[in-house]
Amino acid sequence: MSIEGWDITALGAGRVLPVVTAPEPVLSRVGEAVDPTDPQVVALAADLVATMAVSPGCVGLAAPQVGVSVQLFAVNVTDHPKTATLHGAFVLANAVIVEASRWRPGREGCMSVPDLTGDVKRAGRIVVTGELPGSGRKVTITTDAFEARALQHEIDHCNGLLFLDKVNGAHAIYQRKVYL
Amino acid sequence: MTDVHGAELAVTVIGPDRTGIVADVAEALARLGANLTDSTMTRLRGHFAMTLICTAQASATEVEAALLPLSADGQLLVTVRDVGADESAHNGGLPYLLSVHGADRLGIVATVTRVVAEAGGNITDLSTRLVGPLYLLVAEVDLPEGVPGELTRRLAQVADELGVEVNLRPAGADVL
Repeated sequence: MSIEGWDITALGAGRVLPVVTAPEPVLSRVGEAVDPTDPQVVALAADLVATMAVSPGCVGLAAPQVGVSVQLFAVNVTDHPKTATLHGAFVLANAVIVEASRWRPGREGCMSVPDLTGDVKRAGRIVVTGELPGSGRKVTITTDAFEARALQHEIDHCNGLLFLDKVNGAHAIYQRKVYL
Repeated sequence: MTDVHGAELAVTVIGPDRTGIVADVAEALARLGANLTDSTMTRLRGHFAMTLICTAQASATEVEAALLPLSADGQLLVTVRDVGADESAHNGGLPYLLSVHGADRLGIVATVTRVVAEAGGNITDLSTRLVGPLYLLVAEVDLPEGVPGELTRRLAQVADELGVEVNLRPAGADVL
């Protein structure tokens, strides 16, 4: 499944940026809305894609994770075994979840919290609206399973929330044993 | 299964982690006919900590004596106490989850839990982790009705003072 009007190559080549880790305050700030047609936003989108691509196991990266407190993130769950519906590698600006259902727990990690994982309840099916960087085109994405989880995790980042803010219980946090 | 409805004993064991601590303690208790009920056993920064309740016909002194060989090498610290029968301290509150994270500093747990206590919140489970500079606390709290709004405001205040993030939310009931 592809997103109509989306061409990731139009972003151009991005730079690989350093990823910040908690307790960096930028991770807890609500990101500002962006103009998706702003060339700086398009460049940042390319940087997110480039940084995500070189990070082993990384299926999503939000602007606050590279120190920029705005509503922009990249996702790519291609080849992940838990993926059902797949939209490939894409970047969304100003994304909002408009429908969420089929809530279930699952284990999550995060490049910005490298030493811990946690069980977080997420919707197994969501509808998200957002804007494509470059064209600014408004899109509605309906997805499920792992892509839905990744989108919720990244949208949380854009709103200053980490998976730590949503863990299921006092024993739902684990020291990471395997680094990807 | 043998009937072991004797006195309730609280047992704590802590020491440097090694293989076999749980087996050693559980075997010693089983030999005495002490039946493990609720327990938490976990590794805390290389120390293995066991806190458990068991019911036993034997007295606390007898159980402690039976566990004595385990602490003979000075590695494990073992305590046994008589505790009252199970009187659930459940205050009829609603279950909430509290997450706190931020740069480590002195007094995060003290300050946050005092605010919870002042609001009449009862902490039923709590874990903390220090990983690098990041300090994390996750607690399960029973809150009296009507309290969460004011507590959220108060927590935001102390979070600001401590420079940490605090998140209080209802623990979703797992109703099928």
